Amino acid sequence: MSFPERGLIGIRALRREDIELILRTARSMKDISKRDVKKVPALRGKTVANLFFEPSTRTRTSFELAAKRLSADVVNFSPSGSSMAKGELMLDTVKNILAMNVDALVIRAKPEGACEFISQHVDVPVINAGDGMHEHPTQALLDALTMEEQFGTLDGLKVLIVGDILHSRVARSNIYLLKNFDIEIRVCGPPTLIPRGIESMGVKVFYHLQEALEGVNVIMMLRIQMERMQGGHFPSIHEYSKFWGLTAEILDRHAPPDAVVMHPGPLNRGVEITPDVADGARSVILYQVENGVAVRMAVLYLVVGGGR
Amino acid sequence: MTAIVLKKGRVIDPSQHLDTERTVIIRDGRISGIYPPGDEPPVEEDVLEFNVDGLVVCPGFIDLHVHLRDPGEEWKEDIASGTLAAARGGFTTVVAMPNTIPPNDTPQVTAYIVRRAREVGHVRVVPAGRIVRADGTALSPFGEMVEAGACAFTDDGSWTSDAQLMERAMEYAKAFGVPLLSHPEEPALSCGGQINEGQMSLLLGLKGIPSQAEEVAVFRDIKLAELTGGHLHLQHISTKGSVELVKLAKEKGMKNITCEVTPHHFSLTEEAVEGFNTSAKVKPPLRTEDDRQALLLGLRDGTIDCIATDHAPHSELEKKREFNEAAFGISGLETALPLSLNLVRNGHISLSRLVELLSVNPARIISSRGGTLKPGAPADVTVFDPDLEWEVTPEALASRGKNTPFLGKKLRGRVVITIVEGRIVHSVLKV
Amino acid sequence: MPEKIIIQRAEFENTLRRMAYELVEKCGGLENVVLVGVHRGGVWLAYRIATIIQAERGHELPRGELDINLYRDDLSRIGYHPEIRRTEVPVPIDNAFVVLVDDVIYTGRTARAALDALMDLGRPQKVLLCVMVDRGGRELPIQPDIYGVKVPVDSTGLIEVRFREIHGEDAVVVRPRS
Ligand SMILES: [Zn+2]
Repeated sequence: MSFPERGLIGIRALRREDIELILRTARSMKDISKRDVKKVPALRGKTVANLFFEPSTRTRTSFELAAKRLSADVVNFSPSGSSMAKGELMLDTVKNILAMNVDALVIRAKPEGACEFISQHVDVPVINAGDGMHEHPTQALLDALTMEEQFGTLDGLKVLIVGDILHSRVARSNIYLLKNFDIEIRVCGPPTLIPRGIESMGVKVFYHLQEALEGVNVIMMLRIQMERMQGGHFPSIHEYSKFWGLTAEILDRHAPPDAVVMHPGPLNRGVEITPDVADGARSVILYQVENGVAVRMAVLYLVVGGGR
Repeated sequence: MTAIVLKKGRVIDPSQHLDTERTVIIRDGRISGIYPPGDEPPVEEDVLEFNVDGLVVCPGFIDLHVHLRDPGEEWKEDIASGTLAAARGGFTTVVAMPNTIPPNDTPQVTAYIVRRAREVGHVRVVPAGRIVRADGTALSPFGEMVEAGACAFTDDGSWTSDAQLMERAMEYAKAFGVPLLSHPEEPALSCGGQINEGQMSLLLGLKGIPSQAEEVAVFRDIKLAELTGGHLHLQHISTKGSVELVKLAKEKGMKNITCEVTPHHFSLTEEAVEGFNTSAKVKPPLRTEDDRQALLLGLRDGTIDCIATDHAPHSELEKKREFNEAAFGISGLETALPLSLNLVRNGHISLSRLVELLSVNPARIISSRGGTLKPGAPADVTVFDPDLEWEVTPEALASRGKNTPFLGKKLRGRVVITIVEGRIVHSVLKV
Repeated sequence: MPEKIIIQRAEFENTLRRMAYELVEKCGGLENVVLVGVHRGGVWLAYRIATIIQAERGHELPRGELDINLYRDDLSRIGYHPEIRRTEVPVPIDNAFVVLVDDVIYTGRTARAALDALMDLGRPQKVLLCVMVDRGGRELPIQPDIYGVKVPVDSTGLIEVRFREIHGEDAVVVRPRS
């Protein structure tokens, strides 16, 4: 059993019970964030280190807030500018931080498998805050919490993920999570951005957004990275948004009226999603952000607690 | 010089269609004779006699694909440690790849390797030079390097992607009778790739290297060999498609094409990288079970000419890293025999075919005088116990590269004596 | 030591009734009173007391539930973190008369944690502690204002308060710690 003793490296290793426990705990944690006193003493005296080898203010802030609401001390470390530039190995950096008696590590890094690698060489739990194209487990959990809040249950939903599936850790973690439930998973995007053979992961592939939207409950739009254009993955932003961007018109015409729109952020307004959709009545993007803190509180609480 | 008598072993020498109980006598660095037990002539001089009853005696193994890392990366391996590993693995000759620092693209580097091997080497080392000079523009001086001891040319580590240069190289090499060893990998399709493109790349989110990156390169090389008539040897082919392309070429009668496969490719699949296991990170990547089965078939039906290890030692520095940052390569000299014996145990090939793949055929490819136990041939001999079980531990390996996915595994089959030109370079047997 | 029944059925119900009267008395009525049960036994006890008051006085007391796990003082020492249940108090507790309800009081540490949890929810005018069983063994200076029975049990014993709604019977039972 790797969760929660070793931390949370990926959704792939979790069982449905683990996911449900995290979601239940997150719901309890969410109440705390709504109170006047948004803090409980559960992790008093513990230290959580946020190591962001790749910058991400949003995810880091969310983890920081989560740790602080549990009364943990937080150290933030973004080695990009400092010692890493001097050629220090990632593992050395981590061991330096650990020497300061840290109780858990939250790690965001570029190489796939970085969290797995580090967790094999340290004896504190590691929480993956996104490793390359591999996984972003807390994002998938907060997405699931949001879906569950919207629809009461995850079983029976139809979830569509649109965009750069190939390079997306968010898509991968979401697919791993949703596969534990009775959910129809669809992906849609330009064929160059959908990994060959992804059908073997139990998802349906669509190239046309209008078709993919039929009958779905959840539409998850992924951020499109402009660099992908240089790699020949698509010819122009204009063409991308024309065929795979979500506009109010397409949404209203092709998706069921109760379908909700999600986005892991940060948004490219006007590229993968138009502002009227992002800020519209069907957007649950801000709930996702709120749930992010709750899910991260739940994960920290369970992981720092160690075994079961 | 002391004579050596290997008494009553199972002598397997496909070069003489031999697989029977015999006594081998070695004198003055050469095979003196092979005799039925009881029929041996008396040996007058000093003699080392080994009772090899129940063991296999065969021509010494020849590895066409070894990275000795010397000169330049001696913390990973050097000629002394690498050739000791070779001796332990039963290899009496190894072909040293040229991607050293500096690269072997001059007769001076070739001469250094030959000289150094004579000084500290445990087995015979024949260098392979680069095809294209490291600065990228012209061919290496094949002639002068052959004079200095080179036996083949290769840009191993990457593919000779300039088709025109490769075409000229194939033509030019004909003058010196040396093969070109090609590492088939179209870089435009493999760039940034970490593992096979397939189930594992999907699951782990690592960039994949499709089989086709290898196959388009194999196809182009075969076409250039067809055009030039030069000897093309394809290194470490790993996919079903590559086996099919080579088979097709051979069926068309192309005698100038040979190929090798590594023990890790016929033993493992992409699943070995589960959990971001860098010890299974290798180029070409470990493929699927379907590919592995095609390799087994190719080994059986003769499409594949030989087994070569692609021994690629790395230190912890290069392997104990995040997967993307870790180096490609597997340390393979010392596990090659037991892994190859699995082919025999699983009924894919005979022991005699195994000796062909590890000794007779590779000798032919580089025109080595080894690969046979015919009287008068250099006494390069390997004696092994096909059933002796041992555990692959860092301590058990003589190579500095402990980077093998078989670490901690128990393997069956171990070399007990290795003899190079009549010198015992490795032995665990008592006289 | 086999299982020993301290009180059950009618006696259990009578004890609850007495506690309910005492509660009303100590709160000086029902105005502004909120029952907050500590997970899980306290939640059931609060429900039963509220049911009695509702039947006798026709007044429905607001009831909340409290999970004290996030406030435990031994979290960093126990090997795992227990699952967190919801904390829900339906009315504001600022200036309210809060009756904290738990099934058993022992060391007093749970009550301490519950008080902390309560304070994070607001500032009650007054807090009373109401328990079914006082088993002695206090480690903190905390005493119940209302209790059902006093059963001194040493650390080898375990007190179980059973409610018919979940356990199928009403009883207070002492048994050896297994
Ligand atoms: Zn190679």
